[in-house]
Amino acid sequence: MRTFSIFKQTFRLPIVLWQSLFFIGPLCFTVAMSFFIVRNYRMQEDFVMKNWAKMLGRDYFWDSYFLTWGLAGIGTIVTMTVAFPAAYTLAFKVSETVRRWAIFMLIIPFFTSYLVRIFSWYVILAESGVINAGLSYLGLGPFVMLNTKFGTVVGYMTLTLPLVIILQTFALSNVDRSLVEAAFNLGCRPFRTIYRVILPMARTGLIIAAVFCFILSFGDFVSPYYLGGSKPPTLPILIVDTVKSGQQWPRAAVVAVVMMVTLFVVAFAGIMAAYRRRVG
Amino acid sequence: MTDNRTLRWFLFAYLALVFVFIFAPIFFSVVFSFNSDRFPTIPLGNFTLKWYQTVWNDPDVWEAARTSLTVSLSTATIATALGFATAYTDYRYSFRLKPIYLGLVLLPPTIPLIIMALAMLAWFAKLGISGQVMSIIIAHSVLTAPFAMAIIRLRLSQMDPSLEAAAWNLGANEWSAMRRVIVPFCRPAIISSFCLTAAVSFDEFAISWFVSGLNKTIPVIILEIVTGNIDPQVNAIGSFVFLVSMTLVIIAQVVLMTRRKKEN
Repeated sequence: MRTFSIFKQTFRLPIVLWQSLFFIGPLCFTVAMSFFIVRNYRMQEDFVMKNWAKMLGRDYFWDSYFLTWGLAGIGTIVTMTVAFPAAYTLAFKVSETVRRWAIFMLIIPFFTSYLVRIFSWYVILAESGVINAGLSYLGLGPFVMLNTKFGTVVGYMTLTLPLVIILQTFALSNVDRSLVEAAFNLGCRPFRTIYRVILPMARTGLIIAAVFCFILSFGDFVSPYYLGGSKPPTLPILIVDTVKSGQQWPRAAVVAVVMMVTLFVVAFAGIMAAYRRRVG
Repeated sequence: MTDNRTLRWFLFAYLALVFVFIFAPIFFSVVFSFNSDRFPTIPLGNFTLKWYQTVWNDPDVWEAARTSLTVSLSTATIATALGFATAYTDYRYSFRLKPIYLGLVLLPPTIPLIIMALAMLAWFAKLGISGQVMSIIIAHSVLTAPFAMAIIRLRLSQMDPSLEAAAWNLGANEWSAMRRVIVPFCRPAIISSFCLTAAVSFDEFAISWFVSGLNKTIPVIILEIVTGNIDPQVNAIGSFVFLVSMTLVIIAQVVLMTRRKKEN
């Protein structure tokens, strides 16, 4: 029997209305805005390709694009690699209680100010900062770490590492222990076991972790700006500069749409790879 | 599993190192907030409270703190209410468009904040509601509702489905079963979702920076100070911010964990 129930709709409808109006609405408007035009410092609704031609026709846009790709890519590879032994330890080498506490600790930074943590890194990594001061006692350095790709990646990791460790730990916890033991008993060496048994079985979770890591890094403007020096700017910095320096919102919208399309393709490819049936 | 002792200790040491990396910025921010040097390094300078005094005497910071508090409490209320309604719908009903429904709810955190910031800025300008405290609250609710939904949905999945049916059989209508059975069962999840969404909202800076206009929140103040120069005031404000958000997160987790233990 299908009757209209006030009770049912009270719980179902609010989020649909809210997200349509304030989530889908803004995103669609951004796509539309990339075709608007700015005249006399005022944005007018229109349908022209001018912003697209202007942005995509410029070298600095493509420099930014590939730089953002490169940084987010390096960031993802480094974060995934650094996280793996930690997640492996949490999944296989510690008790249930320790694992729960560790994940509790890893959740905390996710809800604390990213901005303040980046500022803190700025002071720690500076030429006369904590690390270089420490190294100078050993007669090393000083190393330039700010305004480098290294700085940017440290910043990205501040954002992504806890999340990636959590997701990897979940992925590895789902691996069937008896298969791992079987591999050992059959004389498989540890690294080979990881490569041939554990990685394939945890693939879905690991790829999802990598996709999240990439999306977060790709969209972050704080690390490349404050720790990476912003020369040349990444795409998110380009959005900030365009919006904050004037009325050229439509051009910022072009950058935003390019970012969304890129991330959509990456996420889609990731999901396809994650859920693909293993052949053979 | 054949266990190599050295390997085991190596892995533990590695894990400890990773935690040092994750907590180092939080730790140093707090340490430096009590340090007299304008550009802090080791060895540390003298102990001082002057950065806290500067912050304490700054009317802009007080104004921002008030705005932040209003924003995060309102956001937490809206997001938790929306999250609860959605979680209950997902728990109880199945319908044809459910995957799209859930996508609509859970997608916002996967969109980069900077894109959401631009989109919200333009959309609010179009609707004529930009530059208000309300704009930040709306944007933050969109962003945090999925967290609320996830936390409360997890709690609902621990509930025995026959509980609600039993209430109906005993003569409760849907509304009173909701009020007397579902809501009390979900209370720990509601509390912790309130705390977590408040914490996310309290720390969010990109969207706030774009849509807030003249109503700056604490993170926006921090962003503006940081863009200017090195100013240890940031460490003082930052320590305060850490204190607030960590308290919220810890309350959220403790509420969830103790309930679970009691029931087991």
